Amino acid sequence: MVDILNALVAFTNFVIIPASAYGAQLAIGALGVTLIYGILRFSNFAHGETMAFGTMVVLLVTGLFQSWGISLGPLPTALLALPFGILGASALVLFTDRTVYKFYRRVKAAPVMLVIVSMGVMFMMNGIIRMIVGTDDRRFADGERFIIRARDFKEMTGLSEGLALRTTQVLTIVVAIATVALLFWFLNKTRTGKSMRAYSDNEDLALLSGINPERVVMITWLVVAALATVAGTLYGLDKSFKPFVYMQLLLPIFASAIVGGLGSPIGAIAGGFVIAFSEVTITYAFKKVVTYLGPEGWRPDGLVQLLSTDYKFAVSFAILIIVLLFKPTGLFKGKSV
Amino acid sequence: MTMSRTPIYFAIMACLIIGVGIFESWNNALFILNFGLISAIMALGVNLQWGYAGLFNVGVVGFVALGGLSVVLTSVSPVGEAWAAGGMRILISLLLAVGFIAGAIIGWSRIPKNLPRGLITAVWLIIGFFSFRALFDPAVAAIEAVNPAQTGFLGGLGLPVLLAWAVGGLMAAGVGWLIGKTALGLRSDYLAIATLGIGEIIIAVLKNEDWLSRGVKNVNGLPRPVPYEIDLQQSETFVGWMERLGADPVTGSTIFVKLLYAVLFLSVIILIVTLMQLALNSPWGRMMRAIRDNETAAEAMGKDVTARHLQIFVLGAAICGIAGAMMTTLDGQLTPASYQPLRFTFLVWVMVIVGGSGNNWGAVLGGMFIWFLWVEVEPISIFLVNTLTAGMDATHPIREGLLDRVAYLRPLTMGLILLLVLRFSPHGLLPEK
Repeated sequence: MVDILNALVAFTNFVIIPASAYGAQLAIGALGVTLIYGILRFSNFAHGETMAFGTMVVLLVTGLFQSWGISLGPLPTALLALPFGILGASALVLFTDRTVYKFYRRVKAAPVMLVIVSMGVMFMMNGIIRMIVGTDDRRFADGERFIIRARDFKEMTGLSEGLALRTTQVLTIVVAIATVALLFWFLNKTRTGKSMRAYSDNEDLALLSGINPERVVMITWLVVAALATVAGTLYGLDKSFKPFVYMQLLLPIFASAIVGGLGSPIGAIAGGFVIAFSEVTITYAFKKVVTYLGPEGWRPDGLVQLLSTDYKFAVSFAILIIVLLFKPTGLFKGKSV
Repeated sequence: MTMSRTPIYFAIMACLIIGVGIFESWNNALFILNFGLISAIMALGVNLQWGYAGLFNVGVVGFVALGGLSVVLTSVSPVGEAWAAGGMRILISLLLAVGFIAGAIIGWSRIPKNLPRGLITAVWLIIGFFSFRALFDPAVAAIEAVNPAQTGFLGGLGLPVLLAWAVGGLMAAGVGWLIGKTALGLRSDYLAIATLGIGEIIIAVLKNEDWLSRGVKNVNGLPRPVPYEIDLQQSETFVGWMERLGADPVTGSTIFVKLLYAVLFLSVIILIVTLMQLALNSPWGRMMRAIRDNETAAEAMGKDVTARHLQIFVLGAAICGIAGAMMTTLDGQLTPASYQPLRFTFLVWVMVIVGGSGNNWGAVLGGMFIWFLWVEVEPISIFLVNTLTAGMDATHPIREGLLDRVAYLRPLTMGLILLLVLRFSPHGLLPEK
């Protein structure tokens, strides 16, 4: 019985908690991709860099606050800096929209043209971010590191397996729930949100009803900038900030958005968790869990790991392919343009 | 109009490279020329997919890396000990894996619908996975234990390295077929994400499967199709030639080797462009453009759109694979960590768009020109910074800060060029006729 509890604790500690945090980060990232897809109708390759840009502003402002001695006590200072990051990212995406994307909307360019344009935007943001902060790995989480420490948990429960709960993990979940609640309230209850959904569903009909498309687009970019900054900051707090990693996040984020159904916000959230849980479960070495569950005194020879962690991209990819083959519009019916 | 523009642009390009030769060094100029030619071939591959058929491939880096792997697999001499330790077991386990996957695919269509198809297939695949791992893991451990500092991998077939160029094309074509078979026929965005994924996976395999590619330990000293500089310097005939030219035999030998490579690359590029021009002007090329411009109409005319797309996707992937093999041959080593999507996928896209999609000469020109900029942006900006801050102290923070940041001007410039071309000249330097 104790062994089963130990196995459960190990599984929670190494799979359920990290995967929930990662899933929440992916979900918020995928929400940004899916909103752009729904309203502006293209896959935004610059989304990873937008996340990195917002996070970079948060990181710089956090440093500034720390040097002034401002802190949030046990919570990371980055939370105070988050609004500034959102402002920075909003300014950036509104500027790119004015200078770059607006022209292609006016000439009614094909969606794939916009994808290529977003590639150019990605290159430029990439250069700008590296010019400002370089390419180094940076940690900017401060405050209390743990809510439950592995040692305390062992003493508390008497189990031999420890369970650690980091502040950033809980924070990720809480902030993610708040963000998603706010977003859905905005999309479903406010006039602006409703006009956005109307525009996404049927552009012509929305135009006939007197919805101003430029306003819808502007608000979409603002929402996306906020989502990207929140996702990027949470990821950076949980792990670390490295511009290159943010570019690599593009694949799992796109996979989440597509698995859930492009254009569907609920789908993006579901997709994020599906991808995160599969990635973490498949690349986790189950040795500990199996040892607890197996007969007394026996332990497996290998790590009992299905795939090495270096193949985590392969997991998002495999799920993507399976969903595309069997349910091409995603789990929650997305749009297909 | 295009006909008259093409030679002018190529002449300007030649002047740029000669300029590098005069102002920097001929070694640099030939370096830019050789890598420019390889980039041009990659751009031709993407142009075939995008320009002829409108297929959006963002996994170029994967196909290029496969080409690189093919050089190792073809030309490195086999490591006998490693083969004895686990070579056969690896092969059998891989065959087993393919067998199980094929079984699952056949089974899926054959199992009667009233049985739980999904469950049976899943169980079958799980059994397959574990039996594969049971055979595969010990074999890998045995191979990687053989002299890990020097080998620790199976090696290749020990065949001439030029053969690897064709093999690279075939390997990339094979993977291209697999990915095309799954993702073509779905929406265009899905193909993009699928290729993005396959690119990452191929790189991950190269980095982690040490028995295959030595992973991040790199494979050095790959065989070359041209003589070594050191041999030339010791050959009396060569030193005699250099004396007659009045050149330094050491510099002369490096330039001579690079020139030989340039000749090889030029012949490949001429072959590919000729074939592609012939194809473009044949009924097949007209059909492809008809499909690209209006799929529905072409389908109504009885053209099998998906099959044609698959065909062209495989051909484009093969060309990228050939380019990858050529690049690894020129480098003389396989460094899996150097395959970055920004450099090998997105930069190639900039080349195609700037050159002019749908025009092969445009792709070649774009490949050479963008590669030239990619290399030269840094020295030019360092020169500019030094000139602008000439009055400042060498350790002045502004000057140092600027010099530190010059390296990141590359992506910035590339993005700016791409955006400017898309905005003001969306058909590129040499538009499609």
